[in-house]
Amino acid sequence: MPRPERCRVVITGLGPICAFGVGIQPLWSALLEGRSAIAPVRRWDASGFASNAAAELLLDTFDVKSAVPKSYRKATKVMARDIEFAVGAAQEAVRDAGIVTRATEGATPTIPPDRFGCQIGAGLIAADVDELTAALWTSRGADGNFDIAHWGETGMTNLTPLWLLKYLPNMLSCHVTIIHDCQGPSNTITCAEASAGLSCGESMRVIQRGDADVCLSGGAECRVHPMSMLRQGFARRLAATPTGVDPATITRPFAPDATGGLLGDGGGIVVLENGATAAARGAVALAEIAGFGASQCFCPDTIGVEVNETGEEIAMAIAAALDDAGITADAIDAIVPFGSGIPHVDQPEAAALVSVFGSRARSIPLIQVMPFVGNCGAGAGALAIIVGAQAIRTQTLPARINTTGCTALDANVTPARAATLKNVLVVITSLGGQNAAIVLRAVA
Amino acid sequence: MQNEPRIVITGMGWITPLGHDLASVWSNLMAGASGMAPIDRFDARTFPTSFAAQVRNFDVTRYVKDMAVHRTAGLNTCFALGAARQAWEQSGLSKSGAVNARRAGIYLGAGEGVLDTEHYFATNIAGWDEAAGMIDGRRWAEAALREMTALREIEQEPNMPVSHLAREFGLRGPAYNCLTACAASTQAIGEACTILKRGDADVMLSGGTHTMIHMLGVTGFNRLTALSTSKGDPTKASRPFDRDRDGFVMGEGSGMVVLETLDHASARGAKPLAEVVGYGSSADAFRITDIQPEGRGAAASMTMALRQAGIDPHSTRADGRAPIDYISAHGTGTKENDSIETKAVKRVFAHNAERIPMSSVKSMMGHLIAAAGAVELITCVMAIEEGMLPPTINYQTPDPSLDLDYVPNVARRAKVDVCLSNSFGFGGQNDTLVVSRWAS
Repeated sequence: MPRPERCRVVITGLGPICAFGVGIQPLWSALLEGRSAIAPVRRWDASGFASNAAAELLLDTFDVKSAVPKSYRKATKVMARDIEFAVGAAQEAVRDAGIVTRATEGATPTIPPDRFGCQIGAGLIAADVDELTAALWTSRGADGNFDIAHWGETGMTNLTPLWLLKYLPNMLSCHVTIIHDCQGPSNTITCAEASAGLSCGESMRVIQRGDADVCLSGGAECRVHPMSMLRQGFARRLAATPTGVDPATITRPFAPDATGGLLGDGGGIVVLENGATAAARGAVALAEIAGFGASQCFCPDTIGVEVNETGEEIAMAIAAALDDAGITADAIDAIVPFGSGIPHVDQPEAAALVSVFGSRARSIPLIQVMPFVGNCGAGAGALAIIVGAQAIRTQTLPARINTTGCTALDANVTPARAATLKNVLVVITSLGGQNAAIVLRAVA
Repeated sequence: MQNEPRIVITGMGWITPLGHDLASVWSNLMAGASGMAPIDRFDARTFPTSFAAQVRNFDVTRYVKDMAVHRTAGLNTCFALGAARQAWEQSGLSKSGAVNARRAGIYLGAGEGVLDTEHYFATNIAGWDEAAGMIDGRRWAEAALREMTALREIEQEPNMPVSHLAREFGLRGPAYNCLTACAASTQAIGEACTILKRGDADVMLSGGTHTMIHMLGVTGFNRLTALSTSKGDPTKASRPFDRDRDGFVMGEGSGMVVLETLDHASARGAKPLAEVVGYGSSADAFRITDIQPEGRGAAASMTMALRQAGIDPHSTRADGRAPIDYISAHGTGTKENDSIETKAVKRVFAHNAERIPMSSVKSMMGHLIAAAGAVELITCVMAIEEGMLPPTINYQTPDPSLDLDYVPNVARRAKVDVCLSNSFGFGGQNDTLVVSRWAS
C-alpha cells in the first residue's frame, strides 16, 4: 500500500545531560578526545557491590535550581533526580533550538502552546533511600523491625505530603510541560532503555499526523542509585570493577572479552519540529528524523526466559526504520548501536546488524556512547540520538575506546575523524525486549 | 484524513474488583454493586484509609498455558495475563494462522510492579546509620544482596507486563508501555490506534494493568490526601459528583482490548464489537498538584477526540438525540476532579451537556489507576451492546454546582451508539477516546 506524503520532522535543538554536564559541548569534547566519565561512585559508599563504578552527574556539575525560572524553584522540592535531569535537559534543548517559552518570563512564546507536545521516557524511579528510611526508622517496634501499625498511625507523617509525586514517572513530562507551557499531546513511555527511542518515534508520529508542530522528546533517568545498581546487578548486566583496574576501561561493546556494562546518570531531550514550521521561523535544522521502527523480542535476557540469539526482532525494527526513511541498508554511513558491553545483549544486536548489512557490517563505523557516559536507562536512547545528530551536524565520527578484537563489526578503538555522514542509524534495545530503530539524516 | 484505515475492537477482557469476565462484571455494574471492603493484603487497620476495591479469588493459572515462563510475574502482570487471554480468545486470533506475529504489537498503559516491601524495608533498616542520619552504603548493599531477590526486583519494571504478554501470545510487532498515571491505558489505546492507522501493524493488543494497593501506594495517596477517609461503610465511600465526596477509593485490575484494522478483521471474518473513532491527548501545563481550574486541558482532549470522530459537540442528530449518548467520566470522587470535569464537559458540549448522561464506574470498582481507562472503555462498548448505562452509585446529595445527569444510583436503559471516555492523569496529562457502534 503506498503511504501518503508525510511532513519532514527535523531536530532543531539538542539537550543532552550526562556525567559531563548539560549541553552538547562537554559531551562532544569528551567523545572527540576519547575520555570516559566512568569512575568510582562518589554519591554514596557503593563498595558493597561488586560493580561500584558509574558515570555520575553530581550536584556540583548540575543543580536543577539553575535550570528553572525563579517562580518555579519551589517546585524543585518535589523532583526526584530523574525529574531534575529532564528539566535541565529540556531547558537546554529549548535554548539550543532558539525557542522562547513561558520559562522566559514576560516573553512571547515562539510556539503556540496547543501545538507544543511533550514525550519524555522515564524509568522506574527509585525512592531516595535516605529520605524513606529516615521515616521508616521512626516506626521500628520493640523487636527493632518495622511496625506497620505505628506507621499507619503516625510514622507515615514523617514523609512529606507530596512524597509520591517525586516518584511518578510521568512527572518528568509534567514538570517540563508546566515550565515550557506545552499543552499538546503528552506521554511518558516506560520501556526501560528503549523509552527515549520510542518517545522520539512517537513525537515524530504526533508531528506527522498533525497533532503538534513541535515536541520536546527524549528521556532521562538517575541510574546511579543503590536500587538501580542492585536491580541491574541482579539482571546480570553489570561488569565487576576490580581494584587496580581503571573503571573507565571496563565497558567494551562487542569485544570478545567484554564483561558487562556500567551505569550512568542522565539522558536528554531534543526539540523535534515539523520541517515546514521550523523553516518558517528560520530555525536551523541539525538533522532530520527520517525513519522509525519498533519491535518486540521475547524477553531477551530476562532471567528464566529464553534469549532470541538471532537478533531477528532487532533486525525487524531496523528494516522498518530503513523502509520508513525510504532507503536501503546500503545508504547507512554510520551506526550508533545500543552497544552496552553486556555480552548477552551485544550478541543478538551484532547478529541483527550482520543480518541487515551483510558483509558491509564489518566496515560501517560504529559510534560508541555507553563506554563514555554509562548506561543511562530511560535516557540512553536520547543520548544515542543526540550523539548521532551531532556527528551528522559536524560530519565527524567521535573516538572509540576500550574495544579491541571485534571482527564482525567496525567497533575497535580509533581516534575521532572527519567523515561524510548522510544517514546514521540508531539502534536501541531494552531489558524486557522492546526495540527501537531510528534513521537520522543530514539536512540537504 | 481521507481513506484512513478504520480501527475496530474485536476482543475485550478484564480482571476487576467486581469480577473476572465480561458478563459477571457487567451484571454487577448494572446492579450497582460495590467492590470496596477492608484491605486484607497488608495490615492497614491504622492507616487513614483502610479499605479499597481489591480483586478477589483470582487464579492466573486459568488463563495461562505454561505458568513456568510467568512464574515470577508480579500481580499487575498476572491481572494483565488474565484480561488479555479473554480479549485474545474473544477476538478469535488464538486460532493458528489468524495473525502474523510480526504485524501484531502491544501498547499498554501498565503500572509498575509491587515493591517487595518486607525485604526492602528490612534492608533499609539494616543499612541505616542512625548517628549519620543516612544509609551506610556497605551495610545496605550487604543486606540488599541477602534480603532481596533478583526476579522480584526485575518484575517491578513497568515494561514487564508488555514483555510477558509478548511471550504469552508470541507478538513481535511494535511494543510500548506508557505510564501517564491515571490516563495511561486510555492513552495506550489511543496511540495503539494511531499505529494501526499508519499501517505499522495489523493488530494491537492494548489496555492497562495496575495495583497500588500496597503499603507504600496507600501511604503515598494518604499523604496526598487524595483518598477517601470515610469511617463508615466502605461500600459508600466512593461518591463521585456527590456533594459529600471526600476522595477516591483505590481499585486494581486490568482491562485489555484487541484492536485491528477493519481490513484485517474483515479478511478473517471477525465481528467488530465497536469502532474507535476518536482519540485526543493534551497537557494541562498548569501545576503538579492542581488541575487547571477551567478544565482547559480536559476540554482540549475531548475536543480533539470529537474532531477526529467528525462529531460536532453542539449538533443534534436527526432523531433529536445529542451527538453523544454517554460519557464515561474520569469521575474520581475528589472535590477538584468532579467539579472541573463537569465544567470541561459543559465547555465542550455547551447546551448539549445536560442532555448527555455521564457516570463514573469508579463509584463501584474504585480507581484502577493506570488500568482505569481501558476498563472504562470496555464499559462503554458494553453499554452500546446492551443498551444500558452503568450508574454512579452513592449519589445521595446533589452538589449545587454539579448539575449534569450523572445517572444516579440506578442503571438506565438507553439507546447507545456513541460514547466518550475520559481519563485525566495526576500532573495534567489528559486523554479521551470516542467509541461508536460498529456499522459498515
